[in-house]
Amino acid sequence: MLPLLCGCQQHNILDAKGPVGAAEANILIIATIIMLAIIVPTMIATVVFALWYREANPRARYRPDWAFSGRIELVVWSVPLLTITFLGAIAWIGAHRLDPATPLDSDKKPLEVQVVSLDWKWLFLYPEAGVASVNELVVPAATPVRFRLTSSSVWNSFFVPKLGSMIYTMRGMVTTLNLMADQEGELRGLSTHFSGDGFSDMHFPVRAVSDAAFADWVKGAQGSGATLDRASYAELAKPGTLDAPRSFGSIEPGLFDGIVAQTVPPGPGPGGSGVEGVRPKGGS
Amino acid sequence: MLGKLTLSAIPLDQPVPLVAGAVVALIVLGVIAWVVIAGHLPYLWREWITSVDHKRIGAMYCILALVMLIRGFSDAILMRSQHAVAYKAGGYLPPEHYDQIFSAHGVIMIFFGAMPFMIGLMNFAVPLQLGVRDVAFPTLNSVSFWLTASGALLVNVSLVVGEFARTGWWPAPPLSEVTYSPGVGVDYYLWAIQISGVGTLLSGVNLVTTILKMRAPGMSYLRMPMFCWTALASNLLIIAAFPILTATLAMLILDRYLGFHFFTDSHGGNSMMFMNLFWAWGHPEVYILALPAYGVFSEVISTFSGKPLFAYRSMVMATMAIFILSFMVWLHHFFTMGPGGDVNGVFAITSMIIAVPTGVKIFDWLFTMYGGRVRLTTAMLWSLGFMVTFVVGGATGVLLAIPPADFVLHNSMFLVAHFHNVMVSAVLFGAFAGYTYWFPKAFGFRLDEWWGKAAFWFGITGFVIVFGCFYWLGLLGMTRRMQHYDVADWRPWILISAFGVVVMFVGLVCQVVQLVVSIRRRDSLRDVTGDPWDGRSLEWATASPPPVFNFAALPEVHGEEAYWAIKSRAREQMRLREEPAYEPIEMPLNSPTGFICAFFSTLIGFAMIWYIWWLAAAGFLGAFVTFVVFAWRDTVEYEIPASEVAKVNRANRSTRLEALHGAGQRRAA
Repeated sequence: MLPLLCGCQQHNILDAKGPVGAAEANILIIATIIMLAIIVPTMIATVVFALWYREANPRARYRPDWAFSGRIELVVWSVPLLTITFLGAIAWIGAHRLDPATPLDSDKKPLEVQVVSLDWKWLFLYPEAGVASVNELVVPAATPVRFRLTSSSVWNSFFVPKLGSMIYTMRGMVTTLNLMADQEGELRGLSTHFSGDGFSDMHFPVRAVSDAAFADWVKGAQGSGATLDRASYAELAKPGTLDAPRSFGSIEPGLFDGIVAQTVPPGPGPGGSGVEGVRPKGGS
Repeated sequence: MLGKLTLSAIPLDQPVPLVAGAVVALIVLGVIAWVVIAGHLPYLWREWITSVDHKRIGAMYCILALVMLIRGFSDAILMRSQHAVAYKAGGYLPPEHYDQIFSAHGVIMIFFGAMPFMIGLMNFAVPLQLGVRDVAFPTLNSVSFWLTASGALLVNVSLVVGEFARTGWWPAPPLSEVTYSPGVGVDYYLWAIQISGVGTLLSGVNLVTTILKMRAPGMSYLRMPMFCWTALASNLLIIAAFPILTATLAMLILDRYLGFHFFTDSHGGNSMMFMNLFWAWGHPEVYILALPAYGVFSEVISTFSGKPLFAYRSMVMATMAIFILSFMVWLHHFFTMGPGGDVNGVFAITSMIIAVPTGVKIFDWLFTMYGGRVRLTTAMLWSLGFMVTFVVGGATGVLLAIPPADFVLHNSMFLVAHFHNVMVSAVLFGAFAGYTYWFPKAFGFRLDEWWGKAAFWFGITGFVIVFGCFYWLGLLGMTRRMQHYDVADWRPWILISAFGVVVMFVGLVCQVVQLVVSIRRRDSLRDVTGDPWDGRSLEWATASPPPVFNFAALPEVHGEEAYWAIKSRAREQMRLREEPAYEPIEMPLNSPTGFICAFFSTLIGFAMIWYIWWLAAAGFLGAFVTFVVFAWRDTVEYEIPASEVAKVNRANRSTRLEALHGAGQRRAA
């Protein structure tokens, strides 16, 4: 099992690359250990009782009328209750500390990224830099990132397994998510809520880079010239997949808010019955 | 004339569903032809199709469930084999087909596999255990069953005419709205579930009334067998929860057919409201299925340990606690939609609390075995298999109830593993335990033990392999419902899980062989006494199969474990109770109402799916006329003469007396 826990896996949630994911993996492991302490003895006792008290064992004492013991009942109700009290405290504290909307501790000012799930692509807008990218998320390492997310048509869920916490994207609504990458590295993100025929291809590279490399990337995007306005957004929102990530050098002001308020028309969505739907390519 | 229905609805360009559908249609037609040619049709019509006998209806529910479980399992095989080949490739099932398969798998397994199996077992056993002659509303019972069958038929028609939903087993808007799913798939889902849902609700009303109002003299609530308690809780949940589902799906129907905006995310509609409402039904549904299974395990473990159920009253409390708590946890299905720390925290805790009564049940079953004489029969093996594997499903459930853990595990294969772990362990194992346990009561002969045990060992081994891999895949970040993938780390586990499904398939084959072998050897497996397992509740007081009136005279109950008390006294005194004074018994007449109603409901459903409005109106009219004709009937019951009752009962008494003396002689020797 141990070699499987090595850092070579792109999606392993137990091998987190950020504080949120690490804290969540930690809770996951602690809670698992606590519960194993109860269920493993129960499993063993089940097998042992069934075998020891089997009909063919003459040494087992048959007590055909023994059907109640107040002491045992006390234990039987207390053990799960105490376990749940303990785990409930973990859950309550964790639900607050690790709430996706809670800002992360850091000296650095968070970078804001707006996310729009399209059919079947991810659009990332960087309002401060005025650039946007499709199917590629680039963030500076060791800087908190504050995501605000919505959808152009159907539900999706944004998830970078190694950074932690997923969150839904829903049309007409904004969800908030705070994540941070500890160090530079190549990660992957994906959609975890089924959104139609092209759903399986809704994964994207996530590049956590140095501040300098991030500034370079922003400059490069700004130089690319293309503008993300309503027209190019409408084109992008049509169902289908992209062969390679794209970027935009400038964004029409208020585009994200327009998408949320649905003053920018929603994407046509994964309509089309059966064969008419856009077929995603097999693998990529 | 035919609405949207044209020849193009038959997927001639997709060989897989077409061939599968054609094979199924051929088998069905073949069976029907055989029934007609061999002259079995009058018998089937008289004794089964129009029967209002709760035992026959229960058996038909279980047969429907078994067929649908096989149908749902074939979807599972398709999904596992698709994943086995879809690494960096498209596989052999294109997304528009694969999406229908995982949707159909869930719908069929939940609504037409697990539900009918549990309802069938309750229908069969509850009146017998309560010591009464039938359910409260026998004809309504037949209507319930046939409406469920009608829903199952519609789902299967979608295989060859049109398509099934491509939205998953819960059709979440906005994807399921007509803008994004314009095909007939979601409509098939909606009408199939609406029709069968009415059947389920009626069945819930029927069983609750039966349990509350129709118990044998002396059978107070705290003397009911555990299975009756769990049946009561489950059916109360059906009455409370199924109307929510029906209303929610009705709103989605209005959205799709008449342009309403309940869930559209525009004009004031909100898709999240669907999520709330659906899971307000959906989580109680889990317990609607699991509670009767807990009841089965209680009966089986107690019987085969030769002891009363440990801490019976504590078990009753635990059951009713689960019943109430199950309505307070629905929000844990969307922790990851950002409800905030307080809301998530509250629902995390309520979700976890359910583990307390469930844990109590596990421990009480454990202590039922303690000091017992455990017979490791097939039914007992399924129960032990349940206890050992279910605790893992319970623990992962508590894990998923911790919001920070759910934030990384939601919608992953870990989640898929969790709910299969609880559903398969509790409901499916419970169904097989109950099936093996009550089969001799229903049909008069036991099932072959060797093949039953083989089915158990292959079944549980395959199950552990498949879902063990799924748990691990979830930790590796694999999400559910992917049609293909390109992550190398997932591949070995996906291949191993495909092997696990093969092992499960062998288990399924053993299960089918068991039935065939048992039918062929039925004479040597015959249950002459009516009490093959040395049972403790009243169903074992009747002959196997029981006469149509169940009990010649309603038994008098003087404590918990009514039949065990009667049997112990007989063993002590070496004689049976005094013969009762036989009286004529009135039983309800058979009625084709249920079958005819379901026929018209199927027409309504099919017509609504394809926008054939005149046919829908005609179907509705037909169903209404059927109801009026039934309501206008003059004779509702027929009388079984006292001499006939006496004859049947004396036959049962004489075999029991023989068995009693046989046992006495063995003891003396």
